[in-house]
Amino acid sequence: MNKLSIVIKREYLRRVSKKSFIILTILMPFLMVGMVALPLWMSRIKSSEVRTVAIIDATDKYESLFKDTETYRFISSVKSLDEYRNSRDKSLFAILSISGDLLQNPRAVSIYSEKQIPQELSGIVDRTLTRFLEDEKLASFNIPNIKEIIAESKVNVQLQTIKWEEDGRETESSTGIAMGVGFVFTMLIYMFILIYGAMVMTGVQEEKTNRIVELMISSVRPFDLMMGKIVGIALVGLTQLVLWAMMLIGLFIGMQVFLGGGIDPSALQQAQMMNPGMTVAPPEIGEGAKIMNLISTINYSEIAIYFILYFIGGYLLFAALFAAIGSAVNQAEDTQQFMMPITLLLVFALYAGIYSMDNPDGPLAFWCSLIPITSPIVMMMRLPFEVPLWEKLLSLVLLYVTSTGIVWLSGKIYRVGILMYGKKPSFKEIAKWVRYK
Amino acid sequence: MYFIETREVVKQFSGHLALNRVSISVPRGRIFGLLGPNGAGKTTLIRIINRITAPDSGTVLIEGREIRQSDVFRIGYMPEERGLYRKMKVGEQAIYLAQLKGLSYAEARNRLKSWFHKFEIESWWNRKLEELSKGMQQKVQFIITVIHDPELLIFDEPFSGFDPINADLLKQEIIELKNAGKTIIFSTHNMASVEEICDEIALIDQSQVVLSGQVREIRRRYKTNTFTVQIPLDEKPFVAPNVPFEIIEQRNLQDTTELRIRKPQAYSNAELLAAIAREFEILSFTEEFPSMNEVFINTVSGKNSQ
Repeated sequence: MNKLSIVIKREYLRRVSKKSFIILTILMPFLMVGMVALPLWMSRIKSSEVRTVAIIDATDKYESLFKDTETYRFISSVKSLDEYRNSRDKSLFAILSISGDLLQNPRAVSIYSEKQIPQELSGIVDRTLTRFLEDEKLASFNIPNIKEIIAESKVNVQLQTIKWEEDGRETESSTGIAMGVGFVFTMLIYMFILIYGAMVMTGVQEEKTNRIVELMISSVRPFDLMMGKIVGIALVGLTQLVLWAMMLIGLFIGMQVFLGGGIDPSALQQAQMMNPGMTVAPPEIGEGAKIMNLISTINYSEIAIYFILYFIGGYLLFAALFAAIGSAVNQAEDTQQFMMPITLLLVFALYAGIYSMDNPDGPLAFWCSLIPITSPIVMMMRLPFEVPLWEKLLSLVLLYVTSTGIVWLSGKIYRVGILMYGKKPSFKEIAKWVRYK
Repeated sequence: MYFIETREVVKQFSGHLALNRVSISVPRGRIFGLLGPNGAGKTTLIRIINRITAPDSGTVLIEGREIRQSDVFRIGYMPEERGLYRKMKVGEQAIYLAQLKGLSYAEARNRLKSWFHKFEIESWWNRKLEELSKGMQQKVQFIITVIHDPELLIFDEPFSGFDPINADLLKQEIIELKNAGKTIIFSTHNMASVEEICDEIALIDQSQVVLSGQVREIRRRYKTNTFTVQIPLDEKPFVAPNVPFEIIEQRNLQDTTELRIRKPQAYSNAELLAAIAREFEILSFTEEFPSMNEVFINTVSGKNSQ
């Protein structure tokens, strides 16, 4: 076994066998879902308290419209508004006062309370009265069957976005879903580069501050030591990714069974391919399945391959930079100054990616997906919108050439840096190290 | 035949000449001391021998031919900056480091087990390094240095940072390694240990070798023609004006008087002995050789040394 693979093996196994890695990998997807779902669920919890609302209806026309709900009980009032005002009734939550015919004066309705009126209550009042008044108004025109006519005239436009393939096939696509998918992959690659890049830096620093590094490089070439760490940690990242992908596929299949009544979207896709004209999902499948169907129109295997390619290229570039930083400094506190420019670049790339969402073929998206530093992140956003092959290839070539260059440069810095103790080096000194024999 | 040699090694760091045409020759099976004040370039030279850094010019020869990357397996190196992975189990990391030295997993495990047995530290195998005391870590460090049974051992300041018990253990191990035919280079400030165990030395000062050779020969070279002579206590030292020596110190011990005598260069020891014998009854006669510490301080003059 050569030394590089011994180093890779140790770096990989040490991290993957950690309990924190296993727990985090399993829990992370649930945490993510939980972070979104929990507040949503909590907001739906209704208080069990039933609030009483007294209605003072001067016209007697509207009072009977209000039906009790789970939260609100409507009672007809016995006292006048002034009487309530002067002697507060603690058992009442609010007083609804209708002082005149609302068709004549729509402002003749008010709600009084000692507390803030919840949106829910004002909504109930609003909807109940509006629906009644609309009907009343329509009836006043004295046109027979007016209700039916209006119901008939309601049209709901359903825009289908269809993409023409090279061979003339039509595929139903969804810009929204493409954006969503692009966003997820962009965030994923950004987070992975940052988290695993920083892990490389910490690892290098650990070896330097532990003073083990001189012992190591008496038997391993510094470049092998650095690359072993970078590759080992990349494999940790890929392992996590594969585990998540497997969990996601499991979830997807589960959702399909649950929402789509067992209809397999890939079978559906095949059916579409066989009948090029048929672009609308068959009417018998439900809305949920239709969304699933749209999600499945995106070419995931292609995106996954590019994701891996860009992840490796981008990670290599940044991890090498992080390794160089880790080797140059003596204390964790000193990393800030060197981390800053790299973090800024990454954040810039992330925002360039997010803004490219609006116009995935625009100049910002185009250039940023070619420039090696930003391309791994920005290209992820563009991929679901179909990018010409030459752009992808050019961008990948540029990325890998740059990464190789950076790895070489970082290797030079690393080799000298790990043996340098003492004061924090300046950028100028680091530049000098590159030229050392 | 020298086991390892450096020839005219030059190494420059930005604006500072770390090694200026340094040549040393280490015979096989000897203990070679690399001496010199701090910052003289000892560690740089050791790193060059270990191929950690490359010289700007000059060569390193092993058994008379230029050293190759594969030769690093024949070297065991204990750097001055010592350390191990704190969070890793002792046995696990020892195996890892031994594998990097070219041993197979099984071989590394077997050898480590027997070393751990020798030092009676088997119970540490599954403990994390950070749970061990400093002295315990030093033992592990030593085992890792010798685990691949190298022909050449390089210890950079081996006695600094070791507690006296472990330093002594290390000294014994170094002698044992020499007896097993290994070649040993160590850099040190500890002159007492140089006299005790070194066969040869090279003294580096301000990037150059200023003194080198066998320890015995060097001490003889630096002798000051001073002798210690013991005479019976009751004999009052009286010296005739024309004797070829000078008494520089006189001390009464329990039952003898001790004189320190200096002779001029021109006289031989035999002539001196005869001259003394004419004056006193000689109980003992010893020539004083300078300690390595004195040699060191004399050679590295005008500089602070430790």
